[in-house]
Amino acid sequence: MDKNHFLQSFAEQFDDTDPSTITLETHFKEMEEWSSMVALMIIAMVDEQYSKKITGADLREANTIEQLFERVSSK
Amino acid sequence: MPEYSNAHVAAIAYHLPSTELTNEQLNADFPEWSVDKIMNKVGISVRRVVAENEFTSDLAVAAAQNLFQQYNLNPADIDFLLLCTQSPDYFLPTTACLVHERLHLTPSSGAIDINQGCSGFVYGLSLAKGLIASGDATNVLLITAETYSRFLHPKDKGNRSIFGDASAAVLVTSNPIGGRINKVVLGTDGKGAKNLIVKNGAMRFPKSGDQALHEDEDGNLFNDNCLYMNGSEIFNFTIESVPDLVREILERNHLQQEEIDLFVFHQANRFMLEYLRKKIKIPAEKFLIYMEHCGNTVSSTIPIAMKHALQEKKIKAGSKVMIVGFGVGYSWGGTILQF
Repeated sequence: MDKNHFLQSFAEQFDDTDPSTITLETHFKEMEEWSSMVALMIIAMVDEQYSKKITGADLREANTIEQLFERVSSK
Repeated sequence: MPEYSNAHVAAIAYHLPSTELTNEQLNADFPEWSVDKIMNKVGISVRRVVAENEFTSDLAVAAAQNLFQQYNLNPADIDFLLLCTQSPDYFLPTTACLVHERLHLTPSSGAIDINQGCSGFVYGLSLAKGLIASGDATNVLLITAETYSRFLHPKDKGNRSIFGDASAAVLVTSNPIGGRINKVVLGTDGKGAKNLIVKNGAMRFPKSGDQALHEDEDGNLFNDNCLYMNGSEIFNFTIESVPDLVREILERNHLQQEEIDLFVFHQANRFMLEYLRKKIKIPAEKFLIYMEHCGNTVSSTIPIAMKHALQEKKIKAGSKVMIVGFGVGYSWGGTILQF
């Protein structure tokens, strides 16, 4: 798994947030556009592109996008 | 035993309560929330909700009356009533008995509730088929009816935006008309019970005095008197189980995916349906999405979508229609209807 590719795919799930403001250090659950709908879109993106599963626990435990990447890539 | 049953879905009708809950109304209730943008993904413009004095039995009776009227059916011919609901009028008696009375069905007909959610229509067909195969019934009236709006916390914007109240009625008959019910595949995983639940108000936990809406550690809103849904877990369950379920339905019915003319999945939300469609590689023109006018109506979504497909001639003589239900329980099921 490529970290920057993950970041790009993650950022693509947002409609109103400028992708250049989303970095690996972004605390994604604190983003204004974050919602339960976006959570489903992230789960779908990871299933589709990486054939891996993001659980509620992953979203709970990870604060930054990089932390979420580490959890996903270790599966 | 014959390879396939002689049970057929011969008639479909539905009913929506008159009170609307529009995206504009939700926007007024939750001004901080971009309702239009989110609902664009979820695929719902309006949902209907019951009035204060309107209950599951009322919705059930209205759907059955629509069915009798639209197909010129005689209620006296019904010899079994199956009512699928998780929001009954009372603990007891069975809501089916109240509906039986109001529809003036014959005293010699059976009437019973089954409690199942988003897989409930498929379960109902399976049970109706069994009643017909046993010879105990020849014309089963299957009704699905829910008033989930009563389970929702007024401040729970997510669930209020998804669920709508509705009822549907179908005639399952031994007469060879309509869609023959082929092999039904069913499944259960009670480990998922906690992820979609109304915890309080039955025997284990009485309703509490707590009126507030709380947030759990996954960011899902809850009040144990109301419906709780862990959206992430439900989504994961769905994308894991439904592709396998579709494969199993095809195998059990000795069919290839290309031979199916129309796929009618439980209308949970458009985003999830579109994702499942792509994952299972179903062409868009063979995949029905019909929920914009009523939302997720639980066990009624499949018959409501099928009714519109029949009216729009997307289902015609010769059509093989796969129906798939999945959700609360966890519970899932599917079959092929051969028209």
